[in-house]
Amino acid sequence: MPELRKERLDRGVKVRAESIYAISSMKEIMFLIGPGLVLVILLLILPVSLPSFWQRIMALTGVYVLLSIGFGFLASYVGLVSLGGALFVGMGGYISGLLNSVGVPMFLSIPVATIAGALICTLVLLPVLPLRGVYFAIVSFVYPLFAARLIAALGIFGGTDGIAGLDVMPNVYVLLYVMVAVVIVVMFGMSRLVNYEDLGLVLRGVKDNEQAIKASGLNLTWYKAQAVFIAAAMGCFGGAYLTHLYGWVGMSLFATDFSILPLAATVVGGTGTIYGPVIGAMLLVPISEALRPFGTLRIVFYAVILVFFVVFFSEGILDYLKRKYEQFEHWVRV
Amino acid sequence: MTNDDIILRVDNLEKAFGGVKAVDKVSFDLKKGGVLGVIGPNGSGKTTLINLITGFIAKDGGKVFFKDKDISKWQPHKIADFGLARTFQVMRPYATLAAYKNIIPPLYSPRAKRTAKGKLGDRSAVAVDILEEVGFERDARVPYKQAGTLPLGYLKRLELCRCLALDPELIICDEVFSGLSMSEIASMVPLMERLHSAGITLVMVEHRLRELFQITDRAIVLSFGEKIADGSSQEIFENERVKQAYFGGEDSYVTSE
Repeated sequence: MPELRKERLDRGVKVRAESIYAISSMKEIMFLIGPGLVLVILLLILPVSLPSFWQRIMALTGVYVLLSIGFGFLASYVGLVSLGGALFVGMGGYISGLLNSVGVPMFLSIPVATIAGALICTLVLLPVLPLRGVYFAIVSFVYPLFAARLIAALGIFGGTDGIAGLDVMPNVYVLLYVMVAVVIVVMFGMSRLVNYEDLGLVLRGVKDNEQAIKASGLNLTWYKAQAVFIAAAMGCFGGAYLTHLYGWVGMSLFATDFSILPLAATVVGGTGTIYGPVIGAMLLVPISEALRPFGTLRIVFYAVILVFFVVFFSEGILDYLKRKYEQFEHWVRV
Repeated sequence: MTNDDIILRVDNLEKAFGGVKAVDKVSFDLKKGGVLGVIGPNGSGKTTLINLITGFIAKDGGKVFFKDKDISKWQPHKIADFGLARTFQVMRPYATLAAYKNIIPPLYSPRAKRTAKGKLGDRSAVAVDILEEVGFERDARVPYKQAGTLPLGYLKRLELCRCLALDPELIICDEVFSGLSMSEIASMVPLMERLHSAGITLVMVEHRLRELFQITDRAIVLSFGEKIADGSSQEIFENERVKQAYFGGEDSYVTSE
């Protein structure tokens, strides 16, 4: 009878050094790229397999995924706690909406809103970038409240009614696959950015030690501004996308949900990675929508679920899954 | 009025924290290629003086000239970019990064790009080279370990490496010998001498006078923010005010009636 023993696949794959992998077989390659591949395939087949109610929610989830990646990126790699999700979404949404209402086609207004919106968001946040501590969180949180009141009080940009009758995506598949493509590019792009030795490395330095960055002859504010621009661009795209999902732009784009949910998604999904916030948002947004039949009690159930995740998966779902995945043992013949 | 040889001139620098004069009208100058010691009892304002020169805290008054340029109002990163690097007394590594990756951010500074004239190549390799220059070569694995896990001696060297990556003309070292064992100090002294002979001007804030005066013969002495002496080791040790600052003068003894 052949003798069997348990073996962990990752032992042979991971050499005990940062970012060096020794790969010797197809099985090991699959071990490394498998999780990413599953995620990509899932994203690609979801739009065609979901019922129409959930297709809408998937689009909304995509926006939250982008916001959460932005939040996680700033929090885990730059050391900035951003509550600016609503600012980014509102800014992108209104710019795209206003452009579209004067006749700029949607496929142009969305990219313009992404870049110009991110630029404006970065500029208005610039004064607090040299400061450490809670100032960035507070100021980024206050701007959208300020903007919403301003629009309501002055009646500009459609006032409380918003601007209706804007372009919408031609059909639900274009809508969803645009989002899937953007999410895939952003996810892997950001992962590449933070793990390699260029801007990402300097930004991790910013998080670890701001004084040392200054002593290295690097302009701290400039690097923080670049990071905020990247996060803001993702949020602004999300806002512009929502505008053309609803064909309407209004004050609800400055809603506090856009600031807070990314934080919850990052805590639930796991900090310190790009994929943690993705998983967090992909769980929390559908849960939140699925609880809608409970009416007012929705928030209560939602809070209970959040507490459950925080208590039982306090390191984050991704870290938990990763540990289980890497500890996975299989029987081999000796 | 400026001398070509003088690389750093500090003119009447002042800083008060509340009612405490941390640095009180300190002036000195330093020749290119020279080594200047800055000594003084604890709390005499040595680190504050460095922070003022390198722009990390705002000055209440006075001016700093580096390479004949008035850098008094410059931001820290601009001063570092101009060739005036510094180490921190409390080491500031990027704790979560591998040791060699700590040296990569300064290699992205405009100064590093300028001095390498576009021939920087693989920054990781350059970083490992710099680490080996200052004594990381004894254990080949150390450059790849997380900076947060390194012992003190390596962290002190890492601070120096971050400066060296900028290819600086002047390095201000804030207590590179403090907290090190005698054998580590013994290996640091030749390193500092090597930097000096490579043409780098050094300002060394130190408590360890024996090692300091192996490297240089000139020092200034601070006491309660004031400069009380400036000269060779001989002059400093014979100076009455220095003796009083370190050991207490006659009148500071408590006499019983």
